[in-house]
Formats: sequence, structure tokens, C-alpha cells
Amino acid sequence: MSLIKKYLDRARPHFQPGGRFQALQSVFDGVETFLYTPRDTSRSGVHVHDALDSKRVMIIVVMALLPCLLFGMYNCGYQNYLGSGHAEFPFWELMAYGFLAILPKIVVTYVVGLGIEFVVAQWRHEEIQEGFLVTGILIPLICPIETPLWMMAVATAFSVIFVKEVFGGTGYNIFNVALVTRAFLFFSYPASMSGDRAFISSQPICGLGGTVNFADGISGATPLGQVATHAGGPLEIHNIVGDPVSNWDAFLGLIPGSFGETSTLCIFIGAALLLLTGIASWKVMLSVFAGGLLMGLTVHVFQNSDYPASMLTPWQQIIYGGFAFAAVFMATDPVTAARTGVGKYIYGLLVGVIAVIIRTYNNGYPEGAMLAVLLMNALAPLIDWCVVQANINRRLNRVKAKS
Amino acid sequence: MINTVKLKRGLDLRMEGAVEAGAPVQAVSPDTVAVCPDDFHGFLPKLQVKEDDAVAQGQPLMHDKNCPDIKLCSPVAGTVAAVVRGERRKILRVVVKAAAAAAPEPIVRPDTPERIRQAMQLTGLWAEMRQRPYDIVPDPGKTPRDIFVTAFDSAPLALPMENHPAVSQKRLDAAVEAMARLTSGHIYICTRPGFPLKVTSPALHYVIEGPHPSGNAGIQAANIAPVNKGETIWTLSIVTLCRLGQLMTEGVRGFETLVGLCGSEVKQPHAITTVDGADIAQLIDGQIKDDGRHHRIISGNVLTGVKVDADGYLRFPYRQLTVIPEGDDVDEFMGWASLSPSKMSVSRSFPFSGLKKRFSPDARLLGGHRAMIMSETADKVMPMDILPEYLLKAIISKDIDRMEALGIYEVAPEDFALAEYVDPSKTETQKIVREGLDYLRKEIE
Repeated sequence: MSLIKKYLDRARPHFQPGGRFQALQSVFDGVETFLYTPRDTSRSGVHVHDALDSKRVMIIVVMALLPCLLFGMYNCGYQNYLGSGHAEFPFWELMAYGFLAILPKIVVTYVVGLGIEFVVAQWRHEEIQEGFLVTGILIPLICPIETPLWMMAVATAFSVIFVKEVFGGTGYNIFNVALVTRAFLFFSYPASMSGDRAFISSQPICGLGGTVNFADGISGATPLGQVATHAGGPLEIHNIVGDPVSNWDAFLGLIPGSFGETSTLCIFIGAALLLLTGIASWKVMLSVFAGGLLMGLTVHVFQNSDYPASMLTPWQQIIYGGFAFAAVFMATDPVTAARTGVGKYIYGLLVGVIAVIIRTYNNGYPEGAMLAVLLMNALAPLIDWCVVQANINRRLNRVKAKS
Repeated sequence: MINTVKLKRGLDLRMEGAVEAGAPVQAVSPDTVAVCPDDFHGFLPKLQVKEDDAVAQGQPLMHDKNCPDIKLCSPVAGTVAAVVRGERRKILRVVVKAAAAAAPEPIVRPDTPERIRQAMQLTGLWAEMRQRPYDIVPDPGKTPRDIFVTAFDSAPLALPMENHPAVSQKRLDAAVEAMARLTSGHIYICTRPGFPLKVTSPALHYVIEGPHPSGNAGIQAANIAPVNKGETIWTLSIVTLCRLGQLMTEGVRGFETLVGLCGSEVKQPHAITTVDGADIAQLIDGQIKDDGRHHRIISGNVLTGVKVDADGYLRFPYRQLTVIPEGDDVDEFMGWASLSPSKMSVSRSFPFSGLKKRFSPDARLLGGHRAMIMSETADKVMPMDILPEYLLKAIISKDIDRMEALGIYEVAPEDFALAEYVDPSKTETQKIVREGLDYLRKEIE
């Protein structure tokens, strides 16, 4: 360890203004503060500080995402093996296939996103901020596995620059950066982002897996995709080879879908970590699920065959699609969610309600969670404004009551 | 009648180095003492003495430019050893070298409200009070709506105030009687349960339960009768109140104080009886661990105290000296990933932070300055009806209407100290609030 320290100490002068690599000063500082806690001590105010910092906050969210990532690898391999007619599903082969499928996407988002962060930090002479650590892993998890790499690069660059950096960087953005990336892809390249084929990795990678032949009556449509195109009769969800999907399969996540958001179980494991450590707001998380269940129940009670998603039971609304993932990882983003206590309940409840409304009553969009969170991102400041106004009015009324 | 207020929000930092009850009390009579005008915010110092002047105990050293009656007085008899100035000749401190002298003549007991006010101003007791709004030495032109007296210090490692040598039943009664003539409102005395003295009428006795900052007079005021726009309240400690009582009964302005020498870098934490502004070198002589670490000596507690040097002087409110490791001599590898049981945090992401053990934190920031990312962190440690994040943003954007609307008149920097401690973005919250209050005062007055 002291070797690294010595090396850093020797390299530091080169990165200071006037040194050979002064253009990389922010990068050097970023690496150094990542490896060693800075020696800076407090200069004003309190003399001791809580040990929690934003690096730890971000890294805990990344850890909470790991179960989803690992299960995503397994499921990616599983769907390919299933579609290409394999009879056996060896665990490590599936994992290796999924790993190879997702690795380029993670690398591309991190290189593009962190690259922009580094440049902007250097330009503004600021420390590198950790926000993209989380965003960079979220983006591959919420995109279909067949999204071309160049599209991901373009979308990531667009959101990091126009959704985050132009507003001032991490902590100042109005919309969730990862979700805007997803929305950008969805609206710019709809053909690549939905339909039967986007969610199944269909080619062998490094000799693993096989070719999925979609002509063979194989359909990679997600459960919600099937619901949206449902045309009369009893609603039944099938997997890619046409066998029925049980609620249990959907809960475990062995269904087609965006890479990391199929497994409600793994999302709940991540949620448990976020709630135990207190990093995510339980108020938001709980109320999103409450809103989803409430609205799910409502649409289920008023079933209508014109809107096939209304035939889903409330818990099916939660285990299908990206609802649970959005509730746990997207709606709880502290920067874009409501920031006041009461505001969080209202914000969360509305996210859940709107997600199910979009799913059910707009057949054009099979999945409403993304749009619901983005819409509520835009409305969160309004909710907070009302809560703050209530506080102000209490103060004014106090004076009135006296006089 | 005793009223009880239970505060839920707040935080007691469990720190190593508390003064244990029953530990022997050391007595130190300092060779030199100093008075620092910076400790009395709102007081604009003008010197009344020169270097080498002889001064008696209680003789004024400085007065306020705006109100010459408000004085800061010498805690000991002796000669003025130095007037230390900083940038633009700003007076940093006046140092007095102690010499043996006869006790000063008792003053005539003031009998009218006007004379009581004047006696407080001339003896320096006035400067020990604070007014809200603005958290400054009270403006003598205003009559307070109410007066809030806190009788306990809830800050980390603080000593119980009732052990202070100034505090006694007789003085308390006399002071309450005198104070009652300075306001048409109430005098609220806020204590912990089991306060040994009796609070007599016309003062109202409130028992406050709950973690720090429940001992801040401003927090107590916010939960009993908050300050509205246009109103003024005074806040003070029971020590200052009893010193007024001493003035009223014995005609003597006391400067004796009880200082808790505490913190993880002190060999044997204990209490010291000495006088206000005492020389720190004498107080800590031989008491600091020689473990080769850099030390931070804080006059006051770790949340609101002032960093002083080993050759510095005790600062107002003269009740506590905390010594902790500075921490600029350690390199911690990937400290943000640490699961070490020695990390002090409110976050459950440190699995040992919930243990009932005591921590010995150092002065490092433990992270970089960031924009406000996490929400509601400050709300959990501020038991007042204030939205701290929004108030801070209003202050930063210098929006006076919004600051008023969000209750800036009710707060003081010390109320935000815990918010600053828990903030993962390491915002300098107390500095922001202080600058906001100063800005507002400048614009409005």
C-alpha cells in the first residue's frame, strides 16, 4: 500500500499546474482521492465529520445493483440457450455467455460517460464527481441486450452532457440521467429498442451459445409486449419457445426483458441493501410500490378487454417489466426525486400510479415505468414547492394568530 | 408548574474522552488571560486601554463602537501585556498579565430596569447574551419579547452546567427577579429532568428531553415560542444568569469558570476551575497524550468550538476544551470502502456505527465537497419547524424574501452544527448561515 502512496507522491508534481500532465489534474485527483482518503481537515464550522461521503453512497448503490447484474448475465445466457434449442443449461456457461454479452456495453457506457465527466471536471477545475459510477452501470441494465454499442455511446453522451453537465453536474440535474439515456434510445431508435428481437441475444459469442432462429416460431417478446399485442381471449404469457410463464418464473426473472430488470427477487435483494444502509429513501420506495399496487388493483377491478393490461393482477404489474427496478433504483435517486419528507410520499405514489396507467391505457407503450419516473422528475420540484409553501404558511399563520 | 418538551430529532455523538463524574477538579490560576472580541458576534471593538496599562479585575478593556456602554472586561487584575491585531488592524485579542491585587469594590446594587441594563452592559454580562434574530450581542435599543435561559449543555463531552461555580439557588432567584424587569414577556428556564435547583416564579420552568441540540437555547425557543419576524428574544446560559445574580446579591461580577478538559487525546479528562479567557498552555500542560500524533485543540465542543493553538486562550463560553487528533498525518487506503469499527457515522452502512461504543474521530473531512445530493439528512438532526435545505439555498442565493419566509430569524449557526456534521456532501453549513445572517442584518438595518 505504501508503494502506491510513494508512487502517487512522486507523480503528483507532474499533474500540478505547470507540470507535464497538467491537463489531467482532475483525473489524477480523482484517482488519488479514490485510493486514499484526503488529509484535508475541517477549516470552518464543525471539527469532526461523519464518515459517510458521496463516494460511499454511490458505491453502495453499485453494490445493490450487483445481484441484478449477475442474474442478468445468467438470464441472458439462459434465453439464448433456450432459443437456440439447447437441451442443457450449464450454469457457468450461461454466466460466461451473459458476461461476454454485457461486458462491451458496460465498457462503452463507462468510457463515454466517465470520459465526459473527466473533461468537464478538468475544464471547470473541479474534483471529479462520483455520480456516473452509478449511472454507468444502470444504463446497460435497463437497455435491451441487442442495443447496438454505437447507439448506447450516442445516448450516453447526450444525457451526460445535456441532462447533467449543462445544469452543473451531479446534484443539479432535473432528470435521472440513466433514464433519459433509455428514453433517448427509445424515441430515437424505436425499431432497435422494442419488438420481438431486441431482448434476446441471438448470436453465439466466443463459441458459447447458439443462433436463435426467430423464423422458427420463436418470439422474444417480453411479457408486457405480449400483453400489449394481446388480441382477445384469455390472457396467457409465454416464454420464447411458447411454454407458459408462471408468476414464479417472472418473479425469479427467467423471462425476456431489459438486461438487469427481469428478476424481481434480485431487485428486492438490492432494495434490502439500500434500505438497511439507509442510502435510499424508504418513503419513496414504499410509496411507489403502494401506488403501483393500488392502481393495479383499480385497473384490475375495472377490467376491459380493450386494454389487455387491465387483466393483469396487481402483483403481476410489479413482477413484469421494469416496475420494480424503477421503484427501487430510479425513483429513489435523491437528486431527481422529491426532497421533502411529505413530498416523497406523494412523488412515490404518483410514480407507481402513473406507471400502471401508462401501461394499461396506452397500448402504444407496453412499459410505463420509465415515462412515469421521468414525468415525476419534472413534477418533483412542484410537489416540493407545495410542501415548502405549507411550511411558509405555518410561519405566516403564527404571526396572524398573534395579532 | 413544570412543562415537559420531548424532542425526538437530534444526535448525541458518542465520543471518547468524557469527564467522568467524581473525577478530581484541578484549580489553575492563569498567568495571562485574553479577551477575544470575535467571540461576541455583533460587537465592534474599540480599545479603552493601551499596552502596559494597569487594569483592575472587571475593568473594561474594550467597548462597542455602536453602543459605548457595552463593554468587555478584564477577567483578572494586572497589566495589559499585548493587543494582538490581525489584518487591517482588526483587534484579535487583548492579553492581560495577571498580578496580585485586592478584590475590587462591590458595585451599588442596581434598582431600576434601566440601571440593571446598564450594569449588565458595563460589566460585560450583556455581551454574554445573544439575541435572535441574527445571533448577535443584543441590541440595547430593543426590548426582548421573551428571554430563554438554557441550564444544560447537550453538546458532545460537555460538563453539566449546574456544577459551574457561578450557579447557586440564591443567585438564580435574584437574577430571575432582575431579568423579569427587563422584559414584558416570559423568562423560560430550560433544564434537564432532575435539575437540582428550584426555578422560582416569574420564570417558567421547562424540562427538555432528547438528544443534542436540545440544549441550544434557540432550539428550545423554537419548540416553546418561536421567533416571528419583527420580534426579538434573548438567549443566555444559566451561568450568565447566575453571574447576574451574583452582581445583584454580592455586587461582584464573577469571572470564575469551570472548564471540562476532554477528548480522546487527553490523558485523564477532568474539570478545571479557572477564570474566563485563561491561557491554554497552562490548562493542558502535561495533560495531552504524547502519542506522536498531530493534535487539534478546540476551545468549546467539537461542533461549534474554535480551533486554538497550544499558546492560545480559552474562548467564550469558557466551559470546555476538547483535544482530538488532527488526522492530517494518516493515509487511509480506500477509506470510503471501510468497514472499520472505529468509524463514527450516523449511516448504517458502517455496520459498527450502531454499537454502544465510544469513538475517537479526527478532524478530517472524510470526503470531498459536493453539491447537495442526499436529501433530508439535516432534517433528522434539527428539531425545529425549519426546512434546512431550502433555507440554505435561499441564503446561498441571497434571496432575502425567501430567507424570511423560511424562518431565518429563528436560527443561529449553532443550530446547523449537527446538519454540517452529518452532511455527506461536507457543506460548510454554519459558515453559510453566519454569512446569511450578517448579510440580512446589513441589508435590513
